[in-house]
Amino acid sequence: MDTIQILFFILSALALFSAIMVLVSKNPVHSVLWLIVVFFTISGHYILLNAQFLAIVNLIVYAGAIMVLFLFVIMLMNLNAEGEPRKNWWMKLAGVVSGGCFLMVMVSLVRQATELSGKAALMKTGDIGLIKNLGKALFSDFVVPFEISSVLFLSAMVGAVVIGKKD
Amino acid sequence: MPIQYYIYFSLALFSIGVIGVLTRRNAIIVFMCIELMLNAVNLLLVAFSKMHHGAAIANNATSSAGVEGQLFVFFIMVVAAAEVSVGLAIIVMMYRNTHSVDINFLNRLKN
Repeated sequence: MDTIQILFFILSALALFSAIMVLVSKNPVHSVLWLIVVFFTISGHYILLNAQFLAIVNLIVYAGAIMVLFLFVIMLMNLNAEGEPRKNWWMKLAGVVSGGCFLMVMVSLVRQATELSGKAALMKTGDIGLIKNLGKALFSDFVVPFEISSVLFLSAMVGAVVIGKKD
Repeated sequence: MPIQYYIYFSLALFSIGVIGVLTRRNAIIVFMCIELMLNAVNLLLVAFSKMHHGAAIANNATSSAGVEGQLFVFFIMVVAAAEVSVGLAIIVMMYRNTHSVDINFLNRLKN
């Protein structure tokens, strides 16, 4: 049990606990804060896999920008006063059971897969996650999707302004 | 680290996201659970990319196999950011019209 494995299990347990806390929190602001913890642990996983660019982008874009947007909207709405209307307990049970069935089926599928046996992810080494190599690939092979994504951002911005405008 | 560990972890995160979408009625929390599912998929893509890279550099030390997986994660983040901006605008508009973020109000769209 070396350091990488210990870090992997600590980060995984923390991420699963925080993800469950996102669901069970009554206050939406607490859910957002727990979700930020999940994003930090996932960035830790990226660093363990030596995907440094994605770790930083995950922190800046998700934990920095998107979660601030969520918090801003929640505080704009003042949802803390009235509680969320209760769903029927059997609806919740049905949701949990169907999610658990999905998890069970996928885990049994992975356990049976012989293609995956003996495969391991390269930890801590390998330089494809560095910004130099990713940037070279992004601006040579993937330059068209990159430009299309900028058009997507522009249309999303215009759409958000049009939808959010008063009447 | 065996790839199965990453698959199990990502599956667990994804299932928690699915359960959240199915059980909660607050539209904002449903949105956050969708973000959780996207992140589980991102982590699995990076893990598979590193697995592929590890297999490729065993044959050719200067191989750059696996870059595509990490770039796809980047594009998923781009699409998620665009989706969140539009989705939150829709939620704000819905709250302005109904003074609630209960997703059952969206049933009214039927008639």
